[in-house]
Amino acid sequence: MNITRRDFLTTAAGTAGAAATPDLPHSDEPHGHDHQVVPSDPALRTKALESLLVEKGLVDQAALDALIDTFEHKVGPRNGAKVVARAWVDPNYKARLLSDAASAIAEIGLGKSAVGDHTLVLENTPKVHNLVVCTLCSCYPWTVLGLPPVWYKSTAYRSRAVIDPRGVLREFGLQLDEDVEVRVWDSTAELRYFVLPERPAGSENLTESELAELVTRDAMVGVAKVSMPAGGTKA
Amino acid sequence: MNGVHDLGGMQCMGPIHHEANEPVFHSAWEGRVYAINRALGAWHKWNLDAWRYDIELLPPPDYLRMSYYEKWLAALENRAVKYGMVTKEELASGRPTPGSARATPVFTVEMAKVVEPRITARSNDPSVAPLFQVGERVRARNINPVGHTRLPRYARGKTGNVVLDHGVFLFPDTNSQFLGEKRQHVYSVRFAARELWGEAGSPKDSVYLDMWDDYLEHTGS
Repeated sequence: MNITRRDFLTTAAGTAGAAATPDLPHSDEPHGHDHQVVPSDPALRTKALESLLVEKGLVDQAALDALIDTFEHKVGPRNGAKVVARAWVDPNYKARLLSDAASAIAEIGLGKSAVGDHTLVLENTPKVHNLVVCTLCSCYPWTVLGLPPVWYKSTAYRSRAVIDPRGVLREFGLQLDEDVEVRVWDSTAELRYFVLPERPAGSENLTESELAELVTRDAMVGVAKVSMPAGGTKA
Repeated sequence: MNGVHDLGGMQCMGPIHHEANEPVFHSAWEGRVYAINRALGAWHKWNLDAWRYDIELLPPPDYLRMSYYEKWLAALENRAVKYGMVTKEELASGRPTPGSARATPVFTVEMAKVVEPRITARSNDPSVAPLFQVGERVRARNINPVGHTRLPRYARGKTGNVVLDHGVFLFPDTNSQFLGEKRQHVYSVRFAARELWGEAGSPKDSVYLDMWDDYLEHTGS
């Protein structure tokens, strides 16, 4: 981000012009999403609501800062990638992950309390491809993958993932053979699903941490496969 | 409620925009809205089901037009008033009513550092018996509740198989309106794509939904 939160708090001290600044889109990102064209209005309303709640003693500004820091820097798909890489190199770990995901995820260093006992891991194989969606809102395994990307929460993905999963996957650049079974998981309850992707061919000599580097968020949602980096097998 | 949030199976929503290297929050205000939502949850004025229902209650044109965190903000403002945390006048002015009581903050920096899962109250309580068995053929009820429900329209009246019993959960339809927890079993039910979508579905594919006892009926087969 080109505007830090501290800048925001400093500049949004009360004037409309200053508060509008943080809504500038990121100059280095592709644009065209709804969220890129929001007027300054939400920023002003948020600032007003926050200061009102702080004055009334209902929230604490430092607590908000800490929460944002957690979700921007501490929780994210790197956690899930570690879980996947461990499962690839350790069959016993993989078996535990598939039967009791909460305990297995806790072994990676995420506390068990941070995961809850309501996570299920879906294994992709050459014959079965799993895809996760929440058609009703935005349920997502955030304790292991972080907050969901905009596309996951979009009406386009939520509507079509269940009726045309193969078309959705093609849109993500993934063409599945007709003999592959597609299983779509619509997260309607307090259970969270994430996908254990297939280990890519040619990765036999990689270490666990090198493998974790290959694992993407999209693969753990099921809209992509994990592939070896261009240039072939690492030594 | 048969609202616009119940999107499964719609085909008119355009292409999916995938953004490379997407930031967690696209603007600072989005992060503030997210954090305020979580922090206010510590007051336990609402539950997760009621929280979702507030977003579903946004006017349909707003729901479709607004970005994700704009919806969160709009629902947050509504919620703060609805649960008596602020008045409409305070929301409009951005200032507390002179002389109004100040709350004691409960949400501390230390608490915010711990990423806790939302309270989901799953249990394996043996006193709550399952009404359906793994392997059983079941039908999703054709119900149209006017309040919050987690039974999507696209599955209603359709037949599938129970593949997993997840244990006991709160029932969203009642819990969302503070009408009781109505704890019951939730199952993973597999619906064949052809059952849901007819010839449009691939014969190999399926959709798995998590279904509460109250959403299902026996098929007798």
